[in-house]
Amino acid sequence: MHRHFDDELQGLNQELIKMSEMVKTAINHSVTALDQRDRQMAEEVISKDNEIDLMEIHIDEVCIDLIAKHQPMASDLRLITTGMKINADLERMADLAVNICQRVLEIVNQDPITPPADISKLSLMAENMINDSITAFIESNLQMAKQVMTSDDQADKLRNDIKEDLLKNYMEKDPSTSRRAVALLLITRHLERICDHATYVAEEVIYLMKGKIVKHHFQELP
Amino acid sequence: MIISGGNLDKTIKIKILDLDFWYGTFQALKKINASITEKKITALIGPSGCGKSTLLRVFNRMNDFIEGVRTEGSVEIDGKEILGPSVDLVSLRKNVGMVFQRPNPFPLSVYENIVFGLRIHRDHLSKREYDNMVEKSLKSVLLWDELKDRLKKPALSLSLEQKQRLCIARLIAVKSDVLLMDEPCSTLDPQSTAKIEELMIELKKDYTIIIVTHNMQQASRISDDTGFMLLGELVEFGKTKSIFTAPSDKRTEDYITGRYG
Repeated sequence: MHRHFDDELQGLNQELIKMSEMVKTAINHSVTALDQRDRQMAEEVISKDNEIDLMEIHIDEVCIDLIAKHQPMASDLRLITTGMKINADLERMADLAVNICQRVLEIVNQDPITPPADISKLSLMAENMINDSITAFIESNLQMAKQVMTSDDQADKLRNDIKEDLLKNYMEKDPSTSRRAVALLLITRHLERICDHATYVAEEVIYLMKGKIVKHHFQELP
Repeated sequence: MIISGGNLDKTIKIKILDLDFWYGTFQALKKINASITEKKITALIGPSGCGKSTLLRVFNRMNDFIEGVRTEGSVEIDGKEILGPSVDLVSLRKNVGMVFQRPNPFPLSVYENIVFGLRIHRDHLSKREYDNMVEKSLKSVLLWDELKDRLKKPALSLSLEQKQRLCIARLIAVKSDVLLMDEPCSTLDPQSTAKIEELMIELKKDYTIIIVTHNMQQASRISDDTGFMLLGELVEFGKTKSIFTAPSDKRTEDYITGRYG
């Protein structure tokens, strides 16, 4: 039986896809701004964050409206509650992209230090994890969601390697690089947090599809 | 296979085993297996004609009033079979009381409505004992404060919600310990519905309640366990929380999300 409610849920999905595109662009641009020491691009990401904030509020309102109007159950309920959580995660990722750009602006006028190669690896990993978690949501792809969850450990390991590299090869060897190294350290932390949020999205996708809450590893992956 | 309501550690009040039921040649219940937990609210949901009211009426043999019905299988309450020919139906219906869709108080006073069942079941109560029972029963359904000065008032002059509470009080007076409720709020407005629901949650401390309802939100709000029925089958039976967030059977999912039909 066709339900008008399905059209509205489809509308929510579309809004989330739109939001995820905006966030992916923000993260991609923040990483590019870091790579290319591009002040303008960093400033653009910061100024456009307002649009993402407004989008987050809009999606929250759509979800609250759907709950109030339809009092959803089962998979409908899971889709809407998942949508609200993914919405919050996406907005947080966009904030982290802003944080990266703020760090870029701090170091963009200083002599560059050669950043550890693993930073590029970590930023690529963050972008891939977001892509995959959002694709898992759009395509209801359980396997892909699980894969994102396992990638998170690699992201944590990379962050630790980068931290050690920055401490040993820059801050301890040449304290004059400390300010720039700390900025890179923070950027690493922001990238790793983006990976965490991508993981949360993947966990939400598993709840959406299987009705099992797998966060904090209290339950086995289905 | 017994489908349990998900409270394996609790006492089973009603045990249904391979229950089949026919109205003439029409089979209304097919191989029902379930265990209903004591002092919990169990909701039976499903589309019209799925057999949920029939199942409810099996628990106090109300279907026996209909000609040409046939029951097979077993239903035990407190470990005692209730489907056999030697079962004392008066005693069964005293222990397993029923509240109907439309409240049906007797055309008597509030007081007489409460003591009516007591007079049938117990011959030797003093006036004081009757008075105490009326007070206790009305207090249980939160009607005492409203009606204590109007006990001689005709029950038919009460509001729909008060009448429904009075009908529940009648069951409490005769010490029913299982309350069957067949869409008890379907004729009530939202405010009165909320009051009856609150009452049910209070009553489950002492009573096992089974409610048939078409109102999904009501089932999810008040029940501990839920059974979904379709075409005479108990498709899924489990914790209400699971049924309404992540049902395991697609037919349940389709029904509670409004995709069925």
